Amino acid sequence: MTANAASPNHLQLTRDGQLRHFLTLDGLSRPLLTDILDTADSFIEVGERSIKKVPLLRGRTVVNLFFEASTRTRSTFELAAKRLSADVLNLDINTSATSKGESLSDTLLNLEAMASDMFVVRHAQSGAPHFIAESVTPGVAIINAGDGRHAHPTQAMLDMLTIRQHKGGFEGLKVAIVGDILHSRVARSQIRALNELGAEQIRVIAPGTLLPRDVESLGCTVEYDMAKGMKDVDVVIMLRLQKERMEGALLPSEREFYRLYGLSQEKLALAHPKCIVMHPGPINRGVEIESAVADGPQSVILNQVTNGIAIRMAVMSMAMGGQVAERQQTLTELNERGLA
Amino acid sequence: MSALLNVDQLMDTLEMGLRDLLKERGIESPVLIGIRTGGVWVADIIGKRLGIEEPFGELDISFYRDDFSRIGLNPKVTPSSLPFDTEGRDIILVDDVIMSGRTIRAAMNELFDYGRPASIILATLIDLGARELPIQPDVAGQSLTLGAQQRVKLRGPDPLRIELQETGQ
Repeated sequence: MTANAASPNHLQLTRDGQLRHFLTLDGLSRPLLTDILDTADSFIEVGERSIKKVPLLRGRTVVNLFFEASTRTRSTFELAAKRLSADVLNLDINTSATSKGESLSDTLLNLEAMASDMFVVRHAQSGAPHFIAESVTPGVAIINAGDGRHAHPTQAMLDMLTIRQHKGGFEGLKVAIVGDILHSRVARSQIRALNELGAEQIRVIAPGTLLPRDVESLGCTVEYDMAKGMKDVDVVIMLRLQKERMEGALLPSEREFYRLYGLSQEKLALAHPKCIVMHPGPINRGVEIESAVADGPQSVILNQVTNGIAIRMAVMSMAMGGQVAERQQTLTELNERGLA
Repeated sequence: MSALLNVDQLMDTLEMGLRDLLKERGIESPVLIGIRTGGVWVADIIGKRLGIEEPFGELDISFYRDDFSRIGLNPKVTPSSLPFDTEGRDIILVDDVIMSGRTIRAAMNELFDYGRPASIILATLIDLGARELPIQPDVAGQSLTLGAQQRVKLRGPDPLRIELQETGQ
């Protein structure tokens, strides 16, 4: 199971260039990313109404397929689907049929037979959502909710929405991403999105042991000294220290990590005075971020959560729209040729 | 044909019709809501003519269209903005053109997600007939029957003008 990174777009876009799956940000153009942000803006307004629901996905079935634990991502996907009026099924795969020996493909084919229209997939293996979209259930819209170390595209887009809200845009922006880049699918997707949207500088700040070997090739600069890296940044994104992924001696200790790379008020003072502080959650207070910073006036961490619902509504409705439009187009063509 | 489509004359008719209707129903403080894009332009002008000082609302019905399952999501959706609470208010819903009635159905569905208005009056600049749903404007600037090849398009906002197009087929 590996990602088809060469050309993901034949898979996730329709012939007209509309989204029909949302697997990765690789290959998605600035106008399309901007469309996603604009659509999400409209969904934010929906979230402020007395009835926070629109009928777009009424009668459609969305299955949350989480092969890996998640609270925030799964609940915001669930809320997003419900606000689009879809029927939602939450499957915790660890405790279901696969543990009785059923293969992944069989599980998915069964779900498809229940007339599911969309799978929201989180999986520990990179490329799993690609594989499902390509080989298992091509008629079902697949949304990647995080796969291995590969990508977490909805998280990156909700971060972009948060940055755009607070900074107005991406032009001339200096962004620091701090912490465990090595294990972070979030960082990969963020770097990709920031580059495509035109941020001026992306600095990753981490110890060498928590950086992937080819990190500069993603389109960023590397800084090992946090004091240097924080200078004048407009946005600082802290990553969670992924304790559950730590294998081998990558770190001397959590305390040592906090001393060098934790975001304290002192280190934040080195950034631009209007710098915003972001974190994809869940936060480890006192490990990568000081409580006073996480709860401080520059923190937009809870905005990110609210924006997560809007971004997920946007991506789900756009992908569903692409699927139905394409199906309709195929049907029309068959009709014209007298085949249907 | 061009004389029939003088915007100012249509606005006069619409304004008079609305004044009469508001009086007849005893409505003293209505609020205006325009449907994007043309309806917003018309609401702006009618609001000034009626002397309504409260800012008008703008509705983008993209999330409520009934053709999502055929054409997908409108890629140019913008947030609706209603700068007032609609609960218990008398609303004048404004669009530039009514034809099938589907836009108005979508707009009313959306409006009810904001609250329960006391009443809704439908005002359109042009009524093209060809209805597919049982929805009629209370007031219209002008009723028109178009030929099969003809299309009508409101251009604006400044100046507002109506274009009658012949689509050569």
